[in-house]
Amino acid sequence: MTSRSTLLHKAWYVFQKDLHQEFRTRYAINAIFLFAVTTLIVVSFSIGPAGLSAQVLSPLLWIIIFFSAMSGLSHIFVREEEQQTSDTLRLVAPANAIFLGKWLFNAVLLIGLEILIVPLYLIFMNLEVKNPGGFAAIILLGSLGVSTVATIIAAIISRASARGALFAVLSFPITLPILVSAIHGTGMAIAGRPMVEMMGDYQILFAFLVVIFTASVLLFEFIWII
Amino acid sequence: MWRIVGENITQQFNRRTIFRNISFEIKSGESLVLIGPNGSGKTTLIRIICHLLRPTAGKVTYLNEGKRISFEELQPHLGLVGPYLQLYNNLTAFENYTFFSKIRGLPVDVERFRDLMKRLGLAGREMDELRTYSSGMLQRMKYVCALIHDPDVLILDEPTSNLDEEGVQIVYRIIEEQKRDKILILATNEPGEFRFGDKQIHIAA
Repeated sequence: MTSRSTLLHKAWYVFQKDLHQEFRTRYAINAIFLFAVTTLIVVSFSIGPAGLSAQVLSPLLWIIIFFSAMSGLSHIFVREEEQQTSDTLRLVAPANAIFLGKWLFNAVLLIGLEILIVPLYLIFMNLEVKNPGGFAAIILLGSLGVSTVATIIAAIISRASARGALFAVLSFPITLPILVSAIHGTGMAIAGRPMVEMMGDYQILFAFLVVIFTASVLLFEFIWII
Repeated sequence: MWRIVGENITQQFNRRTIFRNISFEIKSGESLVLIGPNGSGKTTLIRIICHLLRPTAGKVTYLNEGKRISFEELQPHLGLVGPYLQLYNNLTAFENYTFFSKIRGLPVDVERFRDLMKRLGLAGREMDELRTYSSGMLQRMKYVCALIHDPDVLILDEPTSNLDEEGVQIVYRIIEEQKRDKILILATNEPGEFRFGDKQIHIAA
């Protein structure tokens, strides 16, 4: 019997399988959404519509996004280790297909979270975004970067004993360039600055995404095969 | 004609040597049995053959029709059953079958699934989540997933663990069929299963 699946097909099947499992157990979804909603409510109650500047509101939004991601995105590989299915997956699928499938799952999960959380944040903070297109693009690019870093770090830490702490500790320094540019760009978009002024942030986010994604794809097999 | 050649395989964990300089060659129509006491490294050698572990030294080469192929090219033709290979317990038997069929590049053949489930004595439990299965049923289900693609290379580690007498006989029939014209590698401690090997490797602890 011959193989008719391409790498992208196999990545899609891994993604489908993870999505199916997630909707049945809701482990990562519960963790990430509960953390985000709780943090959002705490922030909105403590600050409220106080009319804080974009320079303060932008980092607050990214703090919620980053720590929500840290609370749930590692689960994509940790679950395979905990259920002892990682060897099964290693046996049937090429490493790159596994990485792409898992990355897609984390990206969809994080963007799905933002579709819920960001409008709520804007409502609770009584915040008007003056450059909505630029704002959405910054959130999207930043989220893709965060989910890429989270996926490769999740693969690295999945066999460690102190996974939770290691995940955040290793992810933070690698995510820092994304957070700095995303916070700056989000602030500019809220303040209504034109796209041309935000181009530097877009370039940094896009370049970082390309570099970290390429490096992850190239290195994943060495991480994945013991 | 498939061939698997192991050359001078050595495995160490930290400073402890598990085994040293193991070599073997096996081709379609042959069977190899790995024999050794607990802790001798049978599972470790199987994991190396299946590309689940990098050996400290030595290498495993895969050939098809005399041409050297990569593990990725062997992957669609390889089936493995072992105690460390778990299935997705929160998915049903059919969902597991669907996933493993698709990822192996095969259409989801419902008739074949029913046949395999019936052959392994699991008929009627197709739509149950695997977490509701007993350990013996899970072992049978591992055979269903390993035989989806009628593998040219079948590797069995402790093939009859957790199985009742009926399950053992089912597995023995699978072994007999496989060794007829395909590659079979078996790691076992059961003296009654040594007979399945045309070749044997004794691994000392």
